[in-house]
Amino acid sequence: MNQTSFIPEFVTRKSFIELDGRKRAQSLFDDGTWRELVGPFDRMESPWLPLQGIAPQFDDGCIVIKGKIGGMPAVAIALEGAFQGGSIGEVSGAKMTAALDLATKDSEVGKRTAAILLLETGGVRLQEANLGLAAVAEVIASVLALRPHAPVITLIAGTVGCFGGMSLAAGVSSYVVMTREARLGLNGPEVIEQESGIDEFDSSDRALIWAIHGGEQRVGMGLADALVEDDAEKIKATIRGYVKADLRPEYRSQLVELYGDRIAALDTSEQIDPINLRQKWNSKTTGGLR
Amino acid sequence: MEKIDFDYPAAKRRITKKAHVGVVGSGDMEVLMEPAQSKGAHVSITTSVDGFQDSWKAVFDRFFSKFDGAVRIQINDAGATPGSVLLRLEQAVEVINQ
Repeated sequence: MNQTSFIPEFVTRKSFIELDGRKRAQSLFDDGTWRELVGPFDRMESPWLPLQGIAPQFDDGCIVIKGKIGGMPAVAIALEGAFQGGSIGEVSGAKMTAALDLATKDSEVGKRTAAILLLETGGVRLQEANLGLAAVAEVIASVLALRPHAPVITLIAGTVGCFGGMSLAAGVSSYVVMTREARLGLNGPEVIEQESGIDEFDSSDRALIWAIHGGEQRVGMGLADALVEDDAEKIKATIRGYVKADLRPEYRSQLVELYGDRIAALDTSEQIDPINLRQKWNSKTTGGLR
Repeated sequence: MEKIDFDYPAAKRRITKKAHVGVVGSGDMEVLMEPAQSKGAHVSITTSVDGFQDSWKAVFDRFFSKFDGAVRIQINDAGATPGSVLLRLEQAVEVINQ
């Protein structure tokens, strides 16, 4: 009897979520084409964390990899979710901005260089306060400068998700790719509960959180472009597709009137549920809801 | 946060490669292992958990009882247990021996 035919596909697939930030970024590139810029051996640590009694990381939780994807120049910038919640500080922000600006410089002289942001982050690093906020502004400005020349692709794989200031960077990027495990939102569930009460949002209710912030809902609402399985090969193929894709004629962040009208038209006299919102706004997908 | 330093002058075997493994996540650490610039091996640790100098010493005494490379080891630690520390060190040794 042939045993192999009974092994389901998920047994042999390589999980992307189980990889750390560096491995995730490396896995997107064509074999042997990539190198890391300002890596851990350059010791560009946060000068602020040790002053507050916190051990820093040699790369400040930001990994920059330059190479080729599907034969085309690309740079991947990954935030390491396990270090300080993937938070953005002075050094990690500067690395991100510099990498995006170099991609813009290359793209402007005809060498189209796509950028992939692997965002696993709670947003600004509170220990670096204003410097983190400034970093978010700089990153957004750099994404806006690059996107008319080359695609800026945000990949949120999970399980930290993408929240706070960096969700704005996701919002202005050309394409957003998510898994079902990933979440995307401006305020995280605990912040909403803290500010508006447990009746507004119960941050211990995982089904509720994923029904609102989850990848399936975000793609279903049209706020993200592709839903991918947690499979390193499939994610690599999806990213390759977007690296080669045409530039968008119009970006979500420019559709102020469309989204303004949509929000104005909502009936808030009764509870809006996620599936209705999807049907109203965009799509036919029905999965991922309780 | 605490900074801890150790010297192991008996570790003299020349090393040519370098390694970086691990993440400064809760209960984990990262380590840079490189050829030493001076004689012997030197270890410097930055840990967010205070008061475990003796445990660190015990872990490195054990590590250098088997390993004799003249390396510079730098660690950023977020509360790795002695077992995890040894595993990360062995992982780094695996990379430089490749």
